[in-house]
Amino acid sequence: MDVIYDWFRQLYIDHGINLTIVYDRFDRNRMLGGLWTTIKLSLTCLALSVLIGLVGAWLQGARSVLLRAVVQGYIQFFRNTPPLVQMYFFFFALGSLMPQVRNEFGFTQPMIDNYTWAIISLSFFAGAFNVEIFRSGIEAVPKSTVEAAESLGYTRLQSYIHVVLPLAFRVCLPALNNNLVNLVKTTTLAYAIAVPEMLYVANQIWSDAVNVPEMMTFLLFAYVALVGILVWVMRKWEQSMALPGYGR
Amino acid sequence: MSAAWSESDPIVDIRDVHKSFGPVQVLAGVSLSMPMRSTACIIGPSGSGKSTLLRCINALVPIEKGSIKVRGIEVNDPKVDILNLRRRVGMVFQQYNLFPHKTALQNVMMAPITVLKQDRAEVEERARRLLRKVRLEGKEDAYPGELSGGQQQRVAIARSLAMSPEVMLFDEVTAALDPETVKEVLITIRELAEEGMTCLLVTHEMGFAREVADHIYFTDRGLIVEHGPPKEFFSNPRDPRTREFLGQIL
Repeated sequence: MDVIYDWFRQLYIDHGINLTIVYDRFDRNRMLGGLWTTIKLSLTCLALSVLIGLVGAWLQGARSVLLRAVVQGYIQFFRNTPPLVQMYFFFFALGSLMPQVRNEFGFTQPMIDNYTWAIISLSFFAGAFNVEIFRSGIEAVPKSTVEAAESLGYTRLQSYIHVVLPLAFRVCLPALNNNLVNLVKTTTLAYAIAVPEMLYVANQIWSDAVNVPEMMTFLLFAYVALVGILVWVMRKWEQSMALPGYGR
Repeated sequence: MSAAWSESDPIVDIRDVHKSFGPVQVLAGVSLSMPMRSTACIIGPSGSGKSTLLRCINALVPIEKGSIKVRGIEVNDPKVDILNLRRRVGMVFQQYNLFPHKTALQNVMMAPITVLKQDRAEVEERARRLLRKVRLEGKEDAYPGELSGGQQQRVAIARSLAMSPEVMLFDEVTAALDPETVKEVLITIRELAEEGMTCLLVTHEMGFAREVADHIYFTDRGLIVEHGPPKEFFSNPRDPRTREFLGQIL
């Protein structure tokens, strides 16, 4: 490892390309921490937003007019407002209304911390799009197939879980992919409420080491890699669900 | 509810059923009754309400007036136990409507496991037996997209039978099939009828209706115009509308 560190140190001396995140242990650990926070944030929001999408799409088909209106209102609210404004709203407006709790050191702190607010805000943001994405898939499932399930005695929920969703998923996966890719990129907004994810950490590092171009370039490549992995996984999943004689 | 019902009563008892879709009256007072283990065919021009009538029987379509009793269970009762009704009434559709994401075997197994919560191993054994019965041995692991229309339709029949229904409804089940495969499906249905399953078919296969049915119903414009045993019905139709229809078709 030391050979690599020395090489990067030499790179800075010879060419002025200063990647402290490789050769400097402190910066390296900060960046690894940022990367880990981004990954955790992304995976948690991914899971929650898909869950919100599934539940929302189910409620859109509910009998209750009120429930349907609530879902519709939710979608309109989160789709028509900028995600940064949403995050500020959650953190500063709702956050300030939340009670303070005393932590183990005897200090008061907000009941919900900035990381949790980022999860809540981003999940609801991406979830609103996921509801619409799942709806598009559900509408593509032939009515007659649902009717067959009904005539076999399936309840609405049973047919949603066993028949409608598995088919809808296959239809809407490409759209879902797009939204999840966007979600991973949108996690950088958590920077605005000081969640130490990659962008935030990079900012700290370039403030100390004055290596803005290097860090910016690194960030771009890091996101290319992260999103690349997500897309690869989703494609594998799509392929594993392909059905002979169905769709294509 | 079904306590008052005995096996000598009609298993399907339809009285004066009315149904409209918007301004269009599809059923205008239909009555029909089937004894257990009998086979009846409904024939008639398209748009005469045949399919709607079948769909009313398992409550896929609610009726506006009249009464439909299946094994003494009033279908039109708002408090009816839909599951209890539908597990007794199997339905096979023109377009098969198999679950495309499941194999033939899984298609047959799904409902008994999900709906009736039956034991998986037991259901699998029965499903394999049913697929053998409809002559699809070896196709257990094929997806619907890999099967011909006739094969898919026989999977659909096995899927319905897996719920151990007491009545089977067939809604123009051969209408989407090519002539060669029609036969294999009809053979399956005839075997069922011969084994004593109560079968109600909407069909355009007059030869088959004549051969397999105990009773023929002819519908036109939401009414049963004429009915009787096939011999009488086909050789000596009384109503002019029946005569006209049979004249066009035979």
